[in-house]
Amino acid sequence: MTDLTSLTLAEARKGLDSKTFTSLELTDAHLKAIEEARALNAFVLETPDQARTMAREADAKITKGEGGPLAGIPLGIKDLFATKDVRTTACSKILGNFVPPYESTVTSQLWRDGAVMLGKLNNDEFAMGSSNETSCFGPVGNPWRREGSNTTLVPGGSSGGSASAVAALLCMGATATDTGGSIRQPAAFTATVGIKPTYGRCSRWGIVAFASSLDQAGPIARTTRDAAILLRSMAGHDPKDTTSVDIPVPDYEAAIGRSVKGMKIGIPREYRLDGMPAEIEKLWSEGAEWLKAAGAELVEVSLPHTKYALPAYYIVAPAEASSNLARYDGVRYGLRVPGKSIGELYENTRAEGFGAEVRRRVMIGTYVLSAGYYDAYYIRAQRVRTLIKKDFEDCFAKGVHAILTPATPSAAFGIGEKGGADPVEMYLNDIFTVTVNMAGLPGIAVPAGKDAQGLPLGLQLIGRPFDEETLFSLGEVIEQAAGRFTPVRWW
Amino acid sequence: MTATSGKLIKGATGDWEVVIGMEIHAQVTSKSKLFSGASTAFGGDPNSHVSLVDVAMPGMLPVINEECVRQAVRTGLGLNAKINLRSVFDRKNYFYPDLPQGYQISQYKDPIVGEGEITVELDGGRTATVGIERLHIEQDPGKMLHDQSPSLSFIDFNRCGVALMEIVSKPDIRDAEQAKAYVTKLRSIMRYLGTCDGDMEKGSLRADVNVSVRKPGGPLGTRCEIKNINSISFIGQAVEAEARRQIEIIEDGGVIEQETRRFDPDKGETRSMRSKEEAHDYRYFPDPDLLPLEFTQAFVDELKAALPELPDQKKARFIADLGLSPYDASVLVAERESAAFYESVLEALSERARDGKLAANWVINELFGRLNKEGLDIASSPVAAAQLAAIVALIGEGTISGKIAKDLFEIVWSEGGDPRALVESRGMKQVTDLGAIEKVVDEIIAANPDKVAQAKAKPQLAGWFVGQVMKSSGGKANPQAVNDLLKSKLGI
Repeated sequence: MTDLTSLTLAEARKGLDSKTFTSLELTDAHLKAIEEARALNAFVLETPDQARTMAREADAKITKGEGGPLAGIPLGIKDLFATKDVRTTACSKILGNFVPPYESTVTSQLWRDGAVMLGKLNNDEFAMGSSNETSCFGPVGNPWRREGSNTTLVPGGSSGGSASAVAALLCMGATATDTGGSIRQPAAFTATVGIKPTYGRCSRWGIVAFASSLDQAGPIARTTRDAAILLRSMAGHDPKDTTSVDIPVPDYEAAIGRSVKGMKIGIPREYRLDGMPAEIEKLWSEGAEWLKAAGAELVEVSLPHTKYALPAYYIVAPAEASSNLARYDGVRYGLRVPGKSIGELYENTRAEGFGAEVRRRVMIGTYVLSAGYYDAYYIRAQRVRTLIKKDFEDCFAKGVHAILTPATPSAAFGIGEKGGADPVEMYLNDIFTVTVNMAGLPGIAVPAGKDAQGLPLGLQLIGRPFDEETLFSLGEVIEQAAGRFTPVRWW
Repeated sequence: MTATSGKLIKGATGDWEVVIGMEIHAQVTSKSKLFSGASTAFGGDPNSHVSLVDVAMPGMLPVINEECVRQAVRTGLGLNAKINLRSVFDRKNYFYPDLPQGYQISQYKDPIVGEGEITVELDGGRTATVGIERLHIEQDPGKMLHDQSPSLSFIDFNRCGVALMEIVSKPDIRDAEQAKAYVTKLRSIMRYLGTCDGDMEKGSLRADVNVSVRKPGGPLGTRCEIKNINSISFIGQAVEAEARRQIEIIEDGGVIEQETRRFDPDKGETRSMRSKEEAHDYRYFPDPDLLPLEFTQAFVDELKAALPELPDQKKARFIADLGLSPYDASVLVAERESAAFYESVLEALSERARDGKLAANWVINELFGRLNKEGLDIASSPVAAAQLAAIVALIGEGTISGKIAKDLFEIVWSEGGDPRALVESRGMKQVTDLGAIEKVVDEIIAANPDKVAQAKAKPQLAGWFVGQVMKSSGGKANPQAVNDLLKSKLGI
């Protein structure tokens, strides 16, 4: 029997349906892979007993012909998703050994459809980071290395555990979240496919909040088709999240292989940055050519407010975060560091419980919302946000179906290489992805090639609101043209 | 709109005017909380009415309770206020253990209800108009329990997340009487609407009172805010105490510092809580978890059409249709239950016997008087509306006199029973048989020649004869018949 972990989700589904192997076998193969890959530090909690129980249940259902769309498929869950009776920490010390008595809507839909949980995946603390280095459980290793180098690279972030685990074949797919690029940037760094759907497509209920108006769940998967299969189960209206949207969830998988002939693809000139590596430029042109060859029409478009997106993002996101994280106060759950007064208890708990990056963002957020600064920062950033949204609307109003951009300004970098002295150096990772969150649009990152050092690079496609289907169709074209990329195992 | 002038306070340097604005926190009557499905029932075991949302577990999201929105709109309509079809929920950020989210969901820039005004009743039938600045909805925090342990504080989150309406007045209130009348009227309107039970003892209604003083017609003074007063009479006392404190400071050459104060009812004084410098920076911003609250004019119109008759409308109707005095009408409509009792009495009377004024007299003077004396409220009145109606009917048709009616009321109050049957069984019927009355009159005149002489000289003394006749008839003689007979017999 071939190594079950090397199958795609779609292939595994076929094997399960035809009873070529069982979910228990498939799950065990992944549990073994996880055990052997602890050096990557992708999982912060392995749940093998629960995985096997769920796998057996899935097998029983498959036998009876009652298996759901994800019956028996083993998945990893980002530690930002609350999982009932299973420790959920957002990779922050402040949540300590928090065990939620509830299940997030997104994961409960995965279990409803028969998926199996392998464990909880590492991420940047409270999803604040672009390298997975801010996790209280330590950094995650990227399965990819530079050719001829032993340096461990970051998998990107904040969904670094999700991307690393999918790329290293530790799970068939993973849940992730994206506030400014946290799905797409790690996908690009690990040659996996990641989609951030339209804001409101997935319920945020039960996902530890970072910045409520930007946060959105999505999958990281081995292929575009796998991502489409996963998103269909994750998406949907939830009355418990009033920002989720009540429109039907299409069969995203049906969009895979659908013709892109005649589609207008926008190439935004503002994304051509000064000093952008030549190989990224080349990748971008190549991707455009592939789409053209498939029958799409390329048009140059302008998104004039792009340069303001990152600064505005670093006002809006910390502002919301400073308020969202106020609940971690040591009073009701999680870490408590006592003090002589309630004020001291707050200070001690939050000083010890939050890492440096989280503290920095809480401080920035508190500052920009303060009396006297609110209008100059928060209100102005919201205005920028409206302008960015309008840039895209104008573009789509001209008949553009999707916009093609690089996913990241560089390939993966080494642990400790960036942001040590200047946090902005790290923030620049999200330069191509934050606009999408600011506008609430869907964006997908697909692997498209490698740089000179053999590291994967990704392209991003940005779509119209709730038109994830077009992104899957276009993503599939790029995937077919570029081929799949698998890292050489070193762990 | 101008404020109605109030009682000035005499200081060493002359008269002072008090300027008052109020923020009332009124707990919304609803089954579940503003953003969660947990019960709002009062008096449950600590932390027995708490949902995951209420205690801000990670990843929890608020979902607006439509009933609370309806209640706020209804209240706004009752305050003759502008209803905003679009309003926004904001986060008011501060740390306190009774506030699990670390912010209170409130409305800051765009409240659900805008400007309005109400008329309040003052002594002697005077009224004053008080402007409403706004009404917004927000979450109540939990409750700290400091008396359970020597070293720890406990928190009861049952109240946490219950909907509050914050009703902000314009600074139109000018003295303690107006302040009390304002809260009384607001409470009455909300109780008519069923939007707040107004139970101040349970904390359903709390007032923050802003007080400043100035020379009449002069510029506004610096205000102090007295927080969280939970009784109407304390509101009056706090206003008086705070105004006198400020006047004393100013007259001694001092300056009023803007600050938050607390009223101590035992000492009858206000005390500083925190100064302006210590004031929180609440960092308000729109809550990204909630969309703006939007509804249609049709939604408002539907609620408006279904509003009950409110105290002002009822009062006007009582005056116009039933001929009541403004004072009686005000007394009757002050509480929804009193008005309802009065209207039940009217309903129980046949159309011919429906004397609104007589019924009002009996409800106000006899029944309310007696209830007050016994410390009872209308709900526990031993005399039902139908019984009181029967008494009123018996007076109206001349079966019993007013005096006998009082005795009858006493019997019904303490023993119960059907008043009409009691009148029969206890022989309380008024005697209108002129022959019988004449006989008694003649006897008394014959037995008292000296009094007859006196009465002839001084007709006012005829009253003595009326008394004697009534006494010997056991109070049952028709007083009008007695009067007429005496006058002719005595020749006066």
